[in-house]
Amino acid sequence: MPFFPSREMPTYLEEATRKGYSRRDFAKFCTMMGAFMGLEASGVAQVTKALETKKRLPVIWLHFQECTCCSESFIRSSHPMVADMLLDQISLDYSETLMAASGFQAEEAMKHTMEAHKGEYILCVEGSVPTAADGVYCMIGGKTSLQILEEAAENAKAIIAWGSCASNGCVQAAKPNPTSATPIHKLVKGKPVIKVPGCPPIGEVMAGVIVHVVTFDRLPELDNIGRPKAFYSKRVHDTCYRRPFYDAGLYVESFDDQNAKKGYCLYKVGCKGPSTYNACGVMRWNNGVSFPIQSGHGCFGCSEENYWDNGRLYERASAFPGFGIEADADKVGMAALGVTVGALAVHAVATNLRKKNLVSNLEKEGKQSEKDLE
Amino acid sequence: MDATVNTKKPHIKYLRRVFVWELPVRIYHWLNALAILVLIVTGLYIGNPLAVQSNREAAETFNMGYMRIIHFIAAYIFFFNFVFRIYWGFVGNKYANWRNFIPTTKKYWKEFMHVIKIDVLMMKDKGHHLEVGHNAVAGFTYFLTFIAFLIQCLTGFGLYSSMGTWWFPKMFGWVQVIFGGDIMMRQIHHWATWFFVLFSVVHVYLVFYHDYVEGRGEISSMGGGWKFIEQEYFDHHQEQKANAAGTDNTDNTQKETTV
Repeated sequence: MPFFPSREMPTYLEEATRKGYSRRDFAKFCTMMGAFMGLEASGVAQVTKALETKKRLPVIWLHFQECTCCSESFIRSSHPMVADMLLDQISLDYSETLMAASGFQAEEAMKHTMEAHKGEYILCVEGSVPTAADGVYCMIGGKTSLQILEEAAENAKAIIAWGSCASNGCVQAAKPNPTSATPIHKLVKGKPVIKVPGCPPIGEVMAGVIVHVVTFDRLPELDNIGRPKAFYSKRVHDTCYRRPFYDAGLYVESFDDQNAKKGYCLYKVGCKGPSTYNACGVMRWNNGVSFPIQSGHGCFGCSEENYWDNGRLYERASAFPGFGIEADADKVGMAALGVTVGALAVHAVATNLRKKNLVSNLEKEGKQSEKDLE
Repeated sequence: MDATVNTKKPHIKYLRRVFVWELPVRIYHWLNALAILVLIVTGLYIGNPLAVQSNREAAETFNMGYMRIIHFIAAYIFFFNFVFRIYWGFVGNKYANWRNFIPTTKKYWKEFMHVIKIDVLMMKDKGHHLEVGHNAVAGFTYFLTFIAFLIQCLTGFGLYSSMGTWWFPKMFGWVQVIFGGDIMMRQIHHWATWFFVLFSVVHVYLVFYHDYVEGRGEISSMGGGWKFIEQEYFDHHQEQKANAAGTDNTDNTQKETTV
């Protein structure tokens, strides 16, 4: 007896109505999603139509090496319908954190979804997969996370890698990466993987990605790295409200100075906004209340690959490899310049000693010619 | 070598004018020098801007903005100048040819060791090297700088690609993928800057060194394009040519000419 008798899936609108949302709420939600996705006005109608008529999308949401901040971010996205629609109604058939079932029932639910919706379900993965020691660092229901991922990925329509863990490894993949934490795209071959990096990603971005798949029945346009262009094509720096201070050359020198009070640019105290692709500057966090830079702290670059290893959090330049944590490119460069100038000085002295004859012959010759012109 | 020179009456060398650096090469050189200087100064400023305090409104100042726009303009000049130089390596004279930079022959490496011995380690070596254009070590070093140019252009335009609206910088979007993102790309761009600083210092020093030790007009050659080479060298060259043409041999070891 299957635990989930197959039945006709309701549409998103049907589900929303059942939950008690009015038609107006529904229209607002569609408009908001359209705006987040960067669609033009006519696109909103497409979103509305799709959610009215399309069946719920079956979703399997796997959790591996992660902290669940992605789920937290998702269920707190600003419009209540995001959580309601996209969690309850997206038909979240399996999610360790949010499903009611557990144990055998939960595993059965996943198996059912995988069989009943072969090739139709969206696989969402939160967290990286440890591959060291045959994957013992993360096992669920007696299977390693790699086995689970491979099984689930086989018949998935598309795979969404939630957060930096799944997209690029995040903290647990930082050196020395003892568990060999591996991002999803390196393990799954031949399937499209949408990377939605961030630690966590913005809830509305996550909702936007899913709505895009539902609406257009295809993956959103991705950039070179595999992130949806709608949310990751601009650097935080390019959309930062403190950008005019950067261009003007007005910087916070330390967190307690007058410039910090004036709200100047945080570039010199290590803001990674100039190298971080994310939508924080536009969408902001917690219902658009704020984002790190607005709170006076530089961007970490949490959605960038290797952000733990690549940068020092409160300085612009990172350590130059092999010279200790304090030595950045400029310090090493200055030292190298000093050594070079010293070596050239030694060379200059040596030249005058070793090539004395050569030089004095040139001199004599020159003087002779000078004499001959008298 | 030069010990044979009579101390009373100096040995007068007759110099012949050789056209070494063609006008396009000279223009390339000075444009490149200017662009690199500007790029280093503005680049280091962008990496670590000065704390300029002023009571003017932010809207009225644009310090970083100007630094960046100058950096970008210089970068374009630098890039297209570099592309031109590569082209000229195929159509220019023999001193500009790409073979001066990329070692393809055994002779190149022999010459390379020779220059290391004489000019770097100040040792004695048989004969006296004379390359009228680039010597082997210089040529190879320029090859390394070309690689640094390439790294700088790729990472630089890679960083710029998401800002530009022109299709050209957008072509460099893929560079980001290699480094996984901008943070690493930016660091490499910054590190490579120091190569240019060090190169410039050594380059200028060695130009003075060669002019001082050899007296062939090394410094001025990048102005007029001429170097002045001793008549003895031409004689030696003719002899060698004759030997090679005469197919044979009966060769005389005493042909080691000193210049």
